[in-house]
Amino acid sequence: MPYAPHTEAEVRAMLADLGLERLEELYAHLPADLLDPPIELPEPMNEDALLRHLAEVAARNRPGRVFLGGGVRDHFVPAIVDTVAGRGEFLTAYTPYQPEASQGVLQAIFEYQTMIAELTALDVANASLYDGASALAEGVLLALRATRRMRAMVSRGVHPEYRQVLATYLNAVGADLEEVPLEGDRTPAFAVADDVGAVVVQSPNFLGAIEAYAPLAEAAHAAGALLVVVADPLSLAVLRPPGEQGADVAVGEGQPLGNPMSLGGPHFGYIAVREGLLRQLPGRLVSMTEDAEGRRGFVLALSAREQHIRRAKARSNITTNAQNAALRATVHLAALGPEGLKGVALATAAAARRLYQLLLEAGGVRPLTRPPFFAEFALRLPKDPAEVRSLLAEAGYHGAYPIPEYGEGAALFAASERMTEDDLLAFARAFFVAVGG
Amino acid sequence: MGFCFSDRVPLIFERSRPGRRGTPAPARAADPAELFGEANLRERPPALPEVDELTALRHYTNLSRRQVGVDTTFYPLGSCTMKYNPRVLEAAARLFADLHPYQDEASLQGALFLMHELGEYLKALTGMDAITLQPAAGAHGELTGMLVVRAYHADRGELEQRRVVLVPDSAHGSNPATSAMAGFEVREVPSDADGEVDLEALKRELGDHVAAIMLTNPNTLGLFERRILSLTEAAHAAGVQLYYDGANLNAIMGWARPGDMGFDVVHLNLHKTFATPHGGGGPGAGPVAVKAHLAPYLPVPLVEKTPAGYRLDFQRPKSIGRVRSFFGNFGVLVKAYAYIRLLGREGLKRAAALSVLNARYLKELLKRRGYRVPYDGPTMHEFVAQPPEGLRALDVAKALLDEGFHPPTIYFPLIVKEAMMIEPTETEAKETLEAFAEALGRIARRGQEDPDWLHGAPYTTPVRRLDEVRANRRPVLRWRPD
Repeated sequence: MPYAPHTEAEVRAMLADLGLERLEELYAHLPADLLDPPIELPEPMNEDALLRHLAEVAARNRPGRVFLGGGVRDHFVPAIVDTVAGRGEFLTAYTPYQPEASQGVLQAIFEYQTMIAELTALDVANASLYDGASALAEGVLLALRATRRMRAMVSRGVHPEYRQVLATYLNAVGADLEEVPLEGDRTPAFAVADDVGAVVVQSPNFLGAIEAYAPLAEAAHAAGALLVVVADPLSLAVLRPPGEQGADVAVGEGQPLGNPMSLGGPHFGYIAVREGLLRQLPGRLVSMTEDAEGRRGFVLALSAREQHIRRAKARSNITTNAQNAALRATVHLAALGPEGLKGVALATAAAARRLYQLLLEAGGVRPLTRPPFFAEFALRLPKDPAEVRSLLAEAGYHGAYPIPEYGEGAALFAASERMTEDDLLAFARAFFVAVGG
Repeated sequence: MGFCFSDRVPLIFERSRPGRRGTPAPARAADPAELFGEANLRERPPALPEVDELTALRHYTNLSRRQVGVDTTFYPLGSCTMKYNPRVLEAAARLFADLHPYQDEASLQGALFLMHELGEYLKALTGMDAITLQPAAGAHGELTGMLVVRAYHADRGELEQRRVVLVPDSAHGSNPATSAMAGFEVREVPSDADGEVDLEALKRELGDHVAAIMLTNPNTLGLFERRILSLTEAAHAAGVQLYYDGANLNAIMGWARPGDMGFDVVHLNLHKTFATPHGGGGPGAGPVAVKAHLAPYLPVPLVEKTPAGYRLDFQRPKSIGRVRSFFGNFGVLVKAYAYIRLLGREGLKRAAALSVLNARYLKELLKRRGYRVPYDGPTMHEFVAQPPEGLRALDVAKALLDEGFHPPTIYFPLIVKEAMMIEPTETEAKETLEAFAEALGRIARRGQEDPDWLHGAPYTTPVRRLDEVRANRRPVLRWRPD
């Protein structure tokens, strides 16, 4: 078979060493009824044939400029991100259980933890989680553990898929979840009962709108609940961070930091908390320490929280993180720096604002999101958004994601720093045709 | 071991110089206050490093030189299947990197085809009827599978009474953690003298209070549960669902199927069995396949093939809901699809057999060098050894680093003292196995003569043994400017 080094002579010699003649004998002790099941699979291919086949499969997707969002957008990825993340030392390692041979991954995680803590203005971040949605679920479970309560309230401004994942996780442990409807495009002030352990708001929210959630933090804390904030990490280069607005826990989707869209994954989720919640964190944490000769080094720390030690009493069943995706974010943030990241964030928001103005010129199109917003916004279209999305795709653009939960004709759009004025104008022209035709 | 070029790599933050710029950022004139309003602006910028691009690249390149992976080093980590990740898989994934999950279905026909086909292949390899590709990792797949089991019992009105999940004492730690997260109580079942599940003890635990049994087969001792058909039959007679942890599927891929053994739900680790890179700890993927009676409970959406093309089915009223946003780790799915197409059925079967051959061969080499194998049955893709009397697994592992090898999994499974769980995989050459055995032989000999030397290992790595007590008592989890 390809990629195994064994020559036939070696296979025979190794079998002979075991007193065997044929590979089949390695399975002789399995129940005979189980052996050699009928399995239909295509014939093997060589690498060239495989890539030609996959190029043909990929061609069945319709290419186009992407003006879609939902926390995943078409941002530029600096070339050094691919270079570093593709290095075999990083790509083909596993969990850094042997720190002496894993200082590369461990130090990169330590740097990542620092960067996420800085972006969110909270004290400590873990090594990453699977995605934004599962990070939210873990963040709420953490808040419920910390408050010893079994009820959460979530704004409908939170990404609908994140809410669905949250509902799945909370249902499993028997906790209640209450959704708070939006007023227009933003979360209204609401009362927090004293049996609520977690209050969840997203800013910029799913409709792109920047929420003023400091009063909600006060209401949550007055009721003894924790505030969990979902935040786009790119927005935190310019927007007031969760840690400065009363958030106890911040979570989010990491894709905008150096990860390709890739149909929604693999990406990573981040989670950061106030110092006092450190021991409630799920997943991996890396600490700085010293070796026997006083040299600085890094190790996995506080693993008594984790499944391989605690088993049924672990904080979560999570085993890995999303290390290679989080490494991409680390390199991305290092390559751009604070000014570069701010430049990307501002250019993104400026492009989104310009696109908003252009699209509102189309007849019958009304705003759903009101400024200020960040990279994404929602409009009400005069015709079925699914049809508009389909017409745009035929014209070579992906935009107008239907969001019927937010009303008839509601559709979501996004821009990024990659879009030039000409790109925006061209998309707007295609949009005028799609909504007018 | 050849990677000690630099004694110390500063933190990227320590390389920062105010005003230095990295990768050029886009220029679009924008006034933050006008865009967002003064009240929404960040007052202090995040303390991200200010470095030029070469400094960033050199920093992370040098960090990588303080890291070993399959690409640099034999990495026989038990239950992790650290096989070679063919680099063409990376090229395959890049062909699909620019797709957005909210595109029109008609514009995603290639991606949906690929997911559907991969699902068909994985169903064929496991002998199951339906599949979700959404879970992002093995443990995430476990949670998904157990939530499906929970929904099944709830639908039949039996969840109130079926509160218990049985897990063997040799199980992965994620199994009991998952059961707890899915709202179940966990009870451990002992292993018998041969290292297989004690079938009689298990039968005594069965009843209408039990929701499921979670098993790995071959188990974490590398042993195939030979009485598996009796076990699943007894469990089914008591209304209990059988969960297959796919961590060790590499041993039997193409030779035997969990579905035929009687399992109702299976998760797979694409980053183990199907050669997608482990990434330093993810991202992987953990698809979950089930028998027909559990299909209604799988997460939404599922990919469906229709005469008009591929579509996403969201209308599944009994579904447990979502476990992840979008469609899971699609890029990882592309790599697994590519791996299966490269090898085909016979290639996958041979890969499995060679993984067993390598492990059996290595086991014999170690036994001849004084290492003990407490459950020395017909082990498959991995085995659990113990160092010669008086030596500790931790010390042996550290000494292996000086010999240029990544150590095996140690102190797992919990039922073996000083356990060294060794899984060489099929992509390692005979001479690598022999060199590894020689190294372990040298370590055993010198360690017995000179215990202090062994306790002090490793000597040649970028850092030596680290103070983990200090890291746990006074954790330093981030850099702070001072």
